[in-house]
Amino acid sequence: MIEARSSSVDDTRAVAAALAPLVRPGDVVLLAGELGAGKTAFVQGLGAALGVTERITSPTFTIAQEYVGHLHLHHLDVYRLDHLEETLDIGLPEIIDEGAVVVIEWGDVVVPVLPRNFLEVRLTFGAGDDDRHLALSPIGTRWMARSRALADALAPWATSAGGGSRC
Amino acid sequence: MRSGSARVILGIETSCDETAAAVVTEGSVVRSSVVSSQVDLHARFGGVVPEIASRAHVELLTPVIAQALIEAGVEDGEIDAVAATYGPGLVGALLVGVSTAKALALVWDVPFVAVNHLEAHLYATLLEDPSLALPVVVLLVSGGHTMLVAMEDHGRYRLLGSTLDDAAGEAFDKVARYLGLGYPGGPAIDRVSVDGDPSAIDFPRAMRDDGYDFSFSGLKTAVVNHVRKHPHVVTADVAASFQEAVVDVLVAKARRAAAEVGARGMCLGGGVAANTRLRERFLDACVEDDLHAFLPSRSMCTDNAAMVAAAGWWRLRAEGPSPLDSGAEPGLGLPLLVD
Repeated sequence: MIEARSSSVDDTRAVAAALAPLVRPGDVVLLAGELGAGKTAFVQGLGAALGVTERITSPTFTIAQEYVGHLHLHHLDVYRLDHLEETLDIGLPEIIDEGAVVVIEWGDVVVPVLPRNFLEVRLTFGAGDDDRHLALSPIGTRWMARSRALADALAPWATSAGGGSRC
Repeated sequence: MRSGSARVILGIETSCDETAAAVVTEGSVVRSSVVSSQVDLHARFGGVVPEIASRAHVELLTPVIAQALIEAGVEDGEIDAVAATYGPGLVGALLVGVSTAKALALVWDVPFVAVNHLEAHLYATLLEDPSLALPVVVLLVSGGHTMLVAMEDHGRYRLLGSTLDDAAGEAFDKVARYLGLGYPGGPAIDRVSVDGDPSAIDFPRAMRDDGYDFSFSGLKTAVVNHVRKHPHVVTADVAASFQEAVVDVLVAKARRAAAEVGARGMCLGGGVAANTRLRERFLDACVEDDLHAFLPSRSMCTDNAAMVAAAGWWRLRAEGPSPLDSGAEPGLGLPLLVD
C-alpha cells in the first residue's frame, strides 16, 4: 500500500494530478471514502492533468460522465446503485472494455464485477477539517508493476520519511 | 400530418424518478397532469436507481397516459401533437418516454416534439403565469442541475453560471442521507428544519459574492465535519443551518444577476424550488428589488408532464416537429445563445 497525506482539496487534486503520467488507456481506478472525503476533487485533479478542459462535476445524478483529454476519461458514481446487477444496466462492462480511463466513485462496492486489475484509492478524514489520508492499493499485475513509480510520484505527500510502506 | 395549428398537446416525462403524462391546450391550459411518483421504490436506496427507474417507467407509462387522456376528457383525434422529454436524464428512462411518444405520434399521425427537460422547467412557471416580463433571470435548481440563466425571449437563453461540483438538490440528498433523514432529501430537510435554528451553525457560503458559479461540495463536507466533531448536535439545527446556507447563496446570486442583466423578473424552477425557505427568501428578494416573481406551485416544481407539453407547444410553433429518428440525449444542456 502506498500512503499519502493531503492538507486541502487543492492538495488532493495535486496528488491525483501527480498520478496522471502513470495512467494508461484501459486503466480502472476505484475511489473509496465517505461523503466529503474528496473523491470528486480527486477526479477533477486527475482529469485536468489528463488534459480535460471541460468542468468535471459530481456524476451522482447522471451516474456516468465522459470527458475527452489526451485520453478518454469515464467518470462514474455508483453511490446510487444497490444491486451489483445494476452495473450491467449502466453498461459498466462495456465502459471498461472501451479502453478509456475509468474512474469509479464509491467503486469499492462494485469490486466483485470488476476485472482483477485496478488501483484502489481510499480517502479518509484526518485530524484537521481539511486533512485527508490517501491509501493507494494496486490490485493485479497491471498495477503492481507500477507500484514503485506510484510511490515515487507520491513521494512529496508521503506520510513518513521513508515514503510510506510499499507493496 | 397535422401541424402548424396544433392546439392540444400530450406531454410525456420520464427523465428521472417520475413517470408523468399531461394534456395541455395552447401551452397554458392544463387539462390533466398525472404524476406517478416512484419515490416509494427509491426511498430505501437514497437516490435515483436507473435500472429500477427504467423498468418502472415501462410498467407505469401506459396507465399514466391513459389516465391523463381520460382526466382531460380528450375526444378521438383531438390530440394535435405528442411531446416527450429527450434529455437530460438517465438514458434508459428517457428512451421509454421518447419511444412511446414517437409510437403514439405515428399511430395518431400527428407531430412528435422532442423537449429539453431544463427548458420544460422554465415553462412550468409560464404555465401558471404567462405574462412573461422579459428579460428574466431564471434560477434552476434540482437534483442534477444548478444553473443561473438569463432568458431574453422564448428559446433564447444565456448561461450565467452553474455548479462547479455538486448540484443543490444533490447536496440536499446527500446531507439528508448523512443525517439519517431519508429520501428524497429536499422535503426531509425542509420538514426537519422547521424545528431547527437556521443560525445555530455558521456553515460556509462558498462563492456567495463571487461570480455566478456555485459550489456545494465544501458545504457538504463542512456538515460532515461538524457532525463528526459534535456527535450530539441537534439534527434539526444542522438541517436548518445547512438549508439556510444553500438558500443564502442561491438567492444572493440570483439577485445580483437580476440587477446586472436588468431583469424585470426572477423565475424559480426545478425540484429544489419546492423548498419552503427558498420560496420565502426568493419572494422577499423580489419584493425588495421590485422584480416580478415567477414562482411555480410546488406540484409544478418537481418533474411533471404539463411543463413538457407547454414547452413542446412553444417548440412546435418556433421550430416545427422533431424528426422521428431523434433519440435520447442524457447529457443535453440548454439551447444557449452564442455570445
